[in-house]
Amino acid sequence: MKQWMTMIAVVGVLVGCSSTPKEQEGAKVEDRQPVVAAEPKPVTPPKPESDTRPLTGDQAGTMDPLKDPSNVLSRRSVFFDYDSNVVKDEYKPLVSAHAKYLSTNRARKVTIQGNTDERGSREYNIALGQRRADAVKEMMTLLGAPGSQIETVSFGEEKPRSQGNSEQAYAENRRADIVYQGE
Amino acid sequence: MTTNRCLSVLIHRAFVLVMLAAVVACGAPPAYAALTIEIIGAGANQIPIAIAPFRGENGASVTPVIAADLTRSGVFKTIDPGGIVPMPSEPEQVNYAQWKTRGAEALVIGSIAATADGRHEVRFRLMDVVKGVQLAGFVYQITTPQLRLTAHKIADVIYEKLTGDRGVFATRITYIVKRGNRFELQVADADGYGAQTILASNEPIISPAWSPDGTRLAYVSFERKKPVVYVQSLTTGQRTAVANFLGSNSAPAWAPDGRRLAVVLTKEGGSQIFTIDAEGRTQPVRITTTQGIDTEPNWSPDGQWIIFTSDRGGSPQIYRMQATGGQAQRLTFEGTYNVSPRYSPDGKSFTFIQRNGSRFNVAVQDFASRQAQVLTDGGVDESPSFAPNGRMILYASEVRGRGILAAVSSDGRVKQRFTETGGDVREPAWGPLINR
Repeated sequence: MKQWMTMIAVVGVLVGCSSTPKEQEGAKVEDRQPVVAAEPKPVTPPKPESDTRPLTGDQAGTMDPLKDPSNVLSRRSVFFDYDSNVVKDEYKPLVSAHAKYLSTNRARKVTIQGNTDERGSREYNIALGQRRADAVKEMMTLLGAPGSQIETVSFGEEKPRSQGNSEQAYAENRRADIVYQGE
Repeated sequence: MTTNRCLSVLIHRAFVLVMLAAVVACGAPPAYAALTIEIIGAGANQIPIAIAPFRGENGASVTPVIAADLTRSGVFKTIDPGGIVPMPSEPEQVNYAQWKTRGAEALVIGSIAATADGRHEVRFRLMDVVKGVQLAGFVYQITTPQLRLTAHKIADVIYEKLTGDRGVFATRITYIVKRGNRFELQVADADGYGAQTILASNEPIISPAWSPDGTRLAYVSFERKKPVVYVQSLTTGQRTAVANFLGSNSAPAWAPDGRRLAVVLTKEGGSQIFTIDAEGRTQPVRITTTQGIDTEPNWSPDGQWIIFTSDRGGSPQIYRMQATGGQAQRLTFEGTYNVSPRYSPDGKSFTFIQRNGSRFNVAVQDFASRQAQVLTDGGVDESPSFAPNGRMILYASEVRGRGILAAVSSDGRVKQRFTETGGDVREPAWGPLINR
């Protein structure tokens, strides 16, 4: 931009110096354009159909990765086998993604809610659900998430996602959910 | 220790309506039964008893309540008094031969009269038909709303005179009703009448526990989106969150002195048992120290011991430790799942839930003999608690997918079923014996 201004100023001086305004072959500002245009500018490549952009937090104008269905962060549930609180391998990418998100977004807090199927004592199931939530938290902290950003609670069998007593309902209820504060 | 929550959090909480609970005998509770109780099994050697309608009773409905109480206990068989003319209300009017012919061994007679100040004077006598003598007699001066409670007290006197055990007809029970997504913590008379809602919520409520003097309930509510222990007064309706620590707070159990609770907190990692002051004003004291699950504490009647569920041995079993904590002795050795222990009122046994295969049943174990007896065969039984005379165990079960309450006598013979119209009932607890 500055070069433009210099050129115009120079031209203006040159024109002003002659007594009679003559049709000069003076350089019109437009003629300078090629010189300016010759200054190399970065060329923006054409946008591809699907836009893969790096996921950093708090990017204004981008979809919240926590709600983006194509992002693993929008998945929040870890399912468990009967009588177990072991986080199975298939859920490690999910847990790892949330752990990384928390460690790069220090202001975010989560509650991990543990659940069980309906069989057995309600209070013992509170404790089992707690174990499941704690297992997910432990994996997250091992992967670098600060523990102070994670609270673990249990609903036991009290808030089932699936009603009934089929094996399928039981399996859906043996679950830990990752819930971000403010959701 | 209560956490002070700011107003914005209150707004975000699930809607909770705390009902003003003037649950006292002098109130006028609704006259219909919220819970219906039916006898499924009766005891052996039932005592045949006739209850003559009281002179002046009219519509007061005292003798029907007495008869229903005694029948429901499974210990009595009521003899129809119809057709005896004249119906006696005083001892000198009784023709014992007539009652013997009917098969009665005991007879209840009485009267109700209006007093000058608008109250009632209720008199009754319990007569031994075989010996022709009076066994007991009382007179009560009461107001109209107290008529039903008085009938229960009369039934208690009769029960105690003829069985030797304290009657529990004048006690109350608490339980939770679930209707859709609505949960109500209710208190009702032991016969299911007069149910009053103590707490209504859109989030679950579990683990209600009576204070020893019957004036407060501790319970666990999920209204803050996590389990929190509250203590609520039944006389004022006021309540305090006594355990609202980081993580989960649950399984409240009262110490016999009514001043402390044992609770399960996860604030130090894992489910562990702590004791706290019943007003939530002091720091909790941890009394178990395992890496596993320790839960469902329950105090002995003398306050010296706590029995609880623990998986420290690899599977959930029942243990006993001193109320101050320390080493625990394992009590259950049959099967891989024994949970939910509750002391009997005399401290000599405890009831619990035992899993056999895929079925969960109510059982009782004697401390001295270590003998366990399974009392039910339903298969989805939970939350057992003793009646305060130790004779019946109240618990939750299911019939055709619906939550019901049930009771079984400690010898397994008498069985009752409590149903609630239009809702699932669960999490019962039998209230204490108190003078009302």
